[in-house]
Amino acid sequence: MKKEEKLDYWRQNIRLIRWLLIVWAAVSLGAGILFVKPLNAISIGNMPFGFWMAQQGSIFVFVVLIYIYAKRMDKIDHDHHADE
Amino acid sequence: MTVEAWTYLFVTITFMLYLYIGWKARVKESSGFYVAGQGVPAIANGAATAADWMSAASFISMAGAISVLGYDGSIYLMGWTGGYVLLALLLAPYLRKFGQYTVPDFVGTRYYSDTARIIAVICALFVSITYVAGQMRGVGIVFSKFLNVEITHGVIIGMVIVGFFAVLGGMKGITWTQVAQYGVLIVAFLIPSIALSLKLTGNPIPQLGMVTSDIIPRLNEIQVALGFTEYTQPFAHKSMLDVLFITIALMVGTAGLPHVIVRFYTVPNVRAARYSAFWALLFIAILYTTAPALATFARYNLIESLHGKTLDEIHTMDWAAKWEATGLLEFNDKNGNGKLELTPDTITSEIIIDKDIIVLSTPEVAQMSPWVVALVAAGGLAAALSTAAGLLLVISSSIAHDIYFRLINPNADEKRRVMVGRFMVIAAVFVAGYFGVHPPGFVAQVVAFAFGLAASSFFPVILLGIFDRRANREGAIAGMIVGLSFTVFYIVGTKANLLFGGFGVEEAWFGNWCFGISAEGIGTVGMMLNFAVALIVSRMTPPPPQEVMDILDDLRMPDHVGPALILDESTE
Repeated sequence: MKKEEKLDYWRQNIRLIRWLLIVWAAVSLGAGILFVKPLNAISIGNMPFGFWMAQQGSIFVFVVLIYIYAKRMDKIDHDHHADE
Repeated sequence: MTVEAWTYLFVTITFMLYLYIGWKARVKESSGFYVAGQGVPAIANGAATAADWMSAASFISMAGAISVLGYDGSIYLMGWTGGYVLLALLLAPYLRKFGQYTVPDFVGTRYYSDTARIIAVICALFVSITYVAGQMRGVGIVFSKFLNVEITHGVIIGMVIVGFFAVLGGMKGITWTQVAQYGVLIVAFLIPSIALSLKLTGNPIPQLGMVTSDIIPRLNEIQVALGFTEYTQPFAHKSMLDVLFITIALMVGTAGLPHVIVRFYTVPNVRAARYSAFWALLFIAILYTTAPALATFARYNLIESLHGKTLDEIHTMDWAAKWEATGLLEFNDKNGNGKLELTPDTITSEIIIDKDIIVLSTPEVAQMSPWVVALVAAGGLAAALSTAAGLLLVISSSIAHDIYFRLINPNADEKRRVMVGRFMVIAAVFVAGYFGVHPPGFVAQVVAFAFGLAASSFFPVILLGIFDRRANREGAIAGMIVGLSFTVFYIVGTKANLLFGGFGVEEAWFGNWCFGISAEGIGTVGMMLNFAVALIVSRMTPPPPQEVMDILDDLRMPDHVGPALILDESTE
């Protein structure tokens, strides 16, 4: 891989990480803690939504985020291989 | 068969299994001993990481703590899972690419400094020894509760078992035993949870039962009627800021714990490291999303079974009498009205429930068969032993690899390195056993230390080491020292009465002066200080040498970009 390609690869990696971490913070620190009170006004089944996000929802999202990262990185790896 | 007979049977079968796997996985080379020859498939490493991570505390105490704290218990749920996102995106793939044996290896090489390496070794040792003492204690408690064995004997049996497969197989033996232990602990956690969910909500899936049934509104009503706040009420026990800072400290601390990080050195390549983090969190999430449901069910069930009953009625329930005998459940009709009443104030409350019995007593409270009770005991032991094994290896490799091989005798041959490694595992087992038998009175308190230290030392230096090209030796050392000293100073100061109670210190030296943040959350502030100091000092001192820049460039590229990619398609 050439130098520019390496830089490009790294930039794509960073962009992906940035988006995933924004979602990570939004569901846990945001929905689960900072905005838990207003979100509790909404219900999911018989549970307040903010409480559900803090104890269940955020964990499901975490698992999905890591899966998306692994899958997207496969594609980024593959693209850069194809560019060679 | 009685509960005791079943427990002996399950514990014996599972221990035989661990010993057998340990024997099969014995190794001779140092790469096998320290990083399992880097040949562990992603999914197996995921299961091993999950068992490594979920300790006696996750298995036995966490659901109980949540059931007492209600919403505020979310700090553990989000904190101990959210860290894996940081680990998967920011640390694991690059550390795997770097490909040495330990975390201090990375710190020492990336910051071209033996001083940085030694600081890292000291942190790794402190964090791991703190943690392992709690695990050995957990082993002792399970033995004494379920098998009526003395705690000391329980600890010794645990030491022998862990020592056996760790000494013979090193990381390889530990890994494959942990895979088996994950299986045992997850089955042991799920069976009683499913049964209780079915009983209380009619839905076999606890996560769904909690949402679809009316158990949460009913529990909220009962809590308010008894004078507690609603179960789902946020910030009933801790302020919002404190909850936020504790959650971040636990997340970042998790991502910085050496025994977790080192698991990602054992997979074949960078791609496997990414998928392995996914499998690990998936396996962890199975327990971590069940635990809050179990916490809700158990709290509801316990209040319903105990509150307002007379002492005679309670003594007709076998499990209540049995747990009362252990001292974890107390009944005392303090106001003499003939009825036992649960109240928020522990001084007037006539029923006192220790958080540790929530999981352990669930099968009996829900009147399940004796074999389920025995299974839970085997699960608790699996959780404690698997975590202890991972920690012992970190303690051993910190000394045998980072100190002996890297600093004292770099010319040591393979045979000698493995021998020193085995010897250090034995030494570590004895240290852990000693603390298990003679627990320092403050074990629960020092857990804050483990996460605080990992958050304020390892996480920032590793992260900057990968993502900030300009980060240098001076910055990393200054950052670690400032982050660590602030965190240690604050935790020791706010917990002085608990840490030094034996030396006549009766009061904490100071309160939570830093915006009311408690000792558990102060690691977040320590981490911020570490980042700030490291970034500033790095810019004021010479940049890292060219060799380090080259290592860094290499670190950022996955090893399989290029022809190897095609071969790797099947490793998922």
